[in-house]
Amino acid sequence: MFKKILSVLMVVAMVACLFTACGGNEDAGKTDATTFKIGAIGPTTGDAAIYGQAVMNAAQLAVDEINAAGGINGAQIEFKPADDEHNAEKSVNAYNDLKDWGMQILMGTVTSTPCIAVVEETHNDNMFMLTPSGSAVDCIRYDNAFRVCFSDPNQGLASADYIAAQKLGTKIAVIYNSSDAYSSGIYEKFMAEAKVKNLNVVAEGAFTADSNKDFTVQLQQAKSAGADLLFLPIYYQEASLILAQADKMGYDPAVFGVDGMDGILTVENFDTALAEGVMLLTPFAADAEDKLTQDFVTAYKAKYNEVPNQFAADAYDAIYIIKAAIEKSGATPDMSVSDLCNAIKGAMTQITVDGVTGLGMTWTADGEPNKAPKGMKIQNGAYVAM
Amino acid sequence: MEFLQFFISGLSLGSIYAIIALGYTMVYGIAKMLNFAHGDVIMVGGYLVFTVSTSMGLPVWIGMTAAVVGCTALGVLIERFAYRPLRGATSLAVLITAIGVSYLLQNLALLIFGAAPKSFTSVVSVPALTLAGGALTITGESLVTIAACIVIMIVLTLFVNKTKPGRAMHAVSEDRGAAQLMGVNVNGTIALTFAIGSALAAIAGALLCSAYPTLTPYTGAMPGIKAFVAAVFGGIGSIPGAMIGGILLGLIESLSKAYISSEMADAIVFLVLIIVLVVKPTGIFGKKISEKV
Repeated sequence: MFKKILSVLMVVAMVACLFTACGGNEDAGKTDATTFKIGAIGPTTGDAAIYGQAVMNAAQLAVDEINAAGGINGAQIEFKPADDEHNAEKSVNAYNDLKDWGMQILMGTVTSTPCIAVVEETHNDNMFMLTPSGSAVDCIRYDNAFRVCFSDPNQGLASADYIAAQKLGTKIAVIYNSSDAYSSGIYEKFMAEAKVKNLNVVAEGAFTADSNKDFTVQLQQAKSAGADLLFLPIYYQEASLILAQADKMGYDPAVFGVDGMDGILTVENFDTALAEGVMLLTPFAADAEDKLTQDFVTAYKAKYNEVPNQFAADAYDAIYIIKAAIEKSGATPDMSVSDLCNAIKGAMTQITVDGVTGLGMTWTADGEPNKAPKGMKIQNGAYVAM
Repeated sequence: MEFLQFFISGLSLGSIYAIIALGYTMVYGIAKMLNFAHGDVIMVGGYLVFTVSTSMGLPVWIGMTAAVVGCTALGVLIERFAYRPLRGATSLAVLITAIGVSYLLQNLALLIFGAAPKSFTSVVSVPALTLAGGALTITGESLVTIAACIVIMIVLTLFVNKTKPGRAMHAVSEDRGAAQLMGVNVNGTIALTFAIGSALAAIAGALLCSAYPTLTPYTGAMPGIKAFVAAVFGGIGSIPGAMIGGILLGLIESLSKAYISSEMADAIVFLVLIIVLVVKPTGIFGKKISEKV
C-alpha cells in the first residue's frame, strides 16, 4: 500500500516538474524579445569587494538612468550582477549562471585574473564582452572583448614617460605586488621604458598578497639606496599602509601612483596629510569640474551615499558605451547572442563616446581604448590637475 | 645598522604573531581543537576598538576595554554554541565547524562594516625611539608590542602553573576524563580557555592594526594562519613555544625579505617550518606532555 502511494506521488511530482520546466522556458522566451539582458561579473564580496561593489552600483545607476530615459532604441535593459570573489573559477561559474538567466551581453569582469578566464568562455560563445576595469593585456585577447580602462603596459609606459618628462626623481624605488597581474604588468613595462628613458631605478621591492601588511623592509631598502621618488603601481589599500609606515620611519620621498591609487582619500579615517603631494595618472577624478563628472558624482552620492571611485566611473561609462554601440549598430534584443556580438563589435570601432573617464573615447579593433590619462596631484586632501 | 633595523622589524612582527599564537596554542592544548576562527576574533577586536575610539570618539582605554570584553564574550559564545555541542564528535567535524565560524565572522563583518578598508588610528601613544643619530628608528608600536608580548607570556605562565583554574587547565589538557572524575569542571575550564584566548585576540587585534593601520573584514585571516604556523613551529600546546615560534617566524620573514628576496619570504618561512617538523615533529618545545597547556 505504502509503495503504491509513494509511486503515485512520484508520478505527480514528475509531471509537475515537466510543467514547471515548460513555464520557465516560455517566460525566458518572452522577455528575450523585448529587453537587452546585460550581465555583470565582479567581486562583491572578498578582498577585492570594494571594486566589485563600486562597479555594480555604478552600472545599476547607469541602467536605471537609461531605462528611465526610454531604454536603448526603445528596448529596456535588464541588468543582473553576479559575484566572483576575485576568483577565476567562481567567475566562470558566475558566467554560466548568467547564461542560464539569458544574458546577451557581458559587462565584466571587474578584475584581471578572473577576466582572463572568462574571456575564453565568451570567445567560445561569441558573446560581446566589455570589461570596465580588467587591465591585463590578456583580458581582451579575443576580438569579442573590449575594455574601458587603460591596459597595464599602457600605464607603465605612460608613468615612465611622465616621470622622465617632468624630471620627478633622480633615484627611483619601485614597490609592486608580484602576485597580482595588474601590478606586475605595469611594473614590467615601467622597468623596460625606464631603461629607454635612462631613469635611475635604485631599489625594487616586491610583495605578495599573503605578505601585504609589513613594508618596513622594502621601505628601508629604498631609504638606504637614497631613493627620492617612490613609484607604487599598486592598489590604494597597500599604498595607504606604505605611506603610513614610511612616515613612521621618517622617510619622505615623492610618491607616484597609477589608477589603483585612486580611492586612497576615501579610506575611512585615513590621515590625508600622509597622501599630501602624491601624484598619480588616472582617467577619472571625482572632483573634476565638468558637468558630466559632476552629474555622475551627485547621482552616485545620492543613491549610495559615497563618492564614486575610478572603478565606478569605468562601469558607468561601460553601460553607456554598450548603449552607444547598440544604437550605432541598430541591433535589437531578439537577435541571437552571436549576431548581437558581431553587430556590436563592428560598431565599437566607429563610435566616439564622451564619458566620465575621458572625452572623445574611441576603440581599436583589438579592444583598446584611446583616451588621455590625466596627471593628478593630491593637495590639501583633494585631487588637483598637474 | 641596517641589519639592526631589519631585526627590529622582524621582532615587532614576530611579537604580534606570538600573541596571536598564544591564543591558538592554549585552545589546542586544552580543547585539542584548532580554532581557525581565532584570526577573525582578532579582526572583530580591531573593529570594536575602531568603532568605540574612532567612530564614537571615546578615549583609547575605553575602546580597548570594549574590545577585550566584547571578544571575550564572543569567544565564550562561539565555544558554547559552535564547539561544545560537538565535544564528542570527530576532530574533523570540529575543524570544519571552526572554518565555518571563521567565514561567518568575516561575512558578518562585511555586512556590518562594508568592504571598504578603514584606516586605523594607533592605540599606542608612546613616541618612537631614535638611536644612533637617526640611523635606527624603533616605532612606539614596536616597543609596546614587544613589551606586551613578554608581559602576557609571563602572566600566562604564572597563571597556568600557580593558580587553581590554571592547574585545572593542566588536568583537562592531560586527561579530560580523569579530570572530570576528580571533580574538575571540564566545560567551565574550556570556556575559561576560550575567554582568555579571545581576550588575547582583542589585544593582538589592536596592536596588529596599530602597527599596520588598515582594517578590513579579512585583516585577521593571514596573520591568523601565520600565527598558527608559529604555534606549530614552537610546539603546539606550549606557551613558551608559541612565543619563541612567533618571534622566530617574524625574524625569518623580515630577514629573508631583506637579504634573499621579498617575494620568496613566505616560501622560506614555510620551508623552515617543514625542516623543523621533519627534524622535530612536535615543534621546538613540544616534546614533553607535561608542558602542554
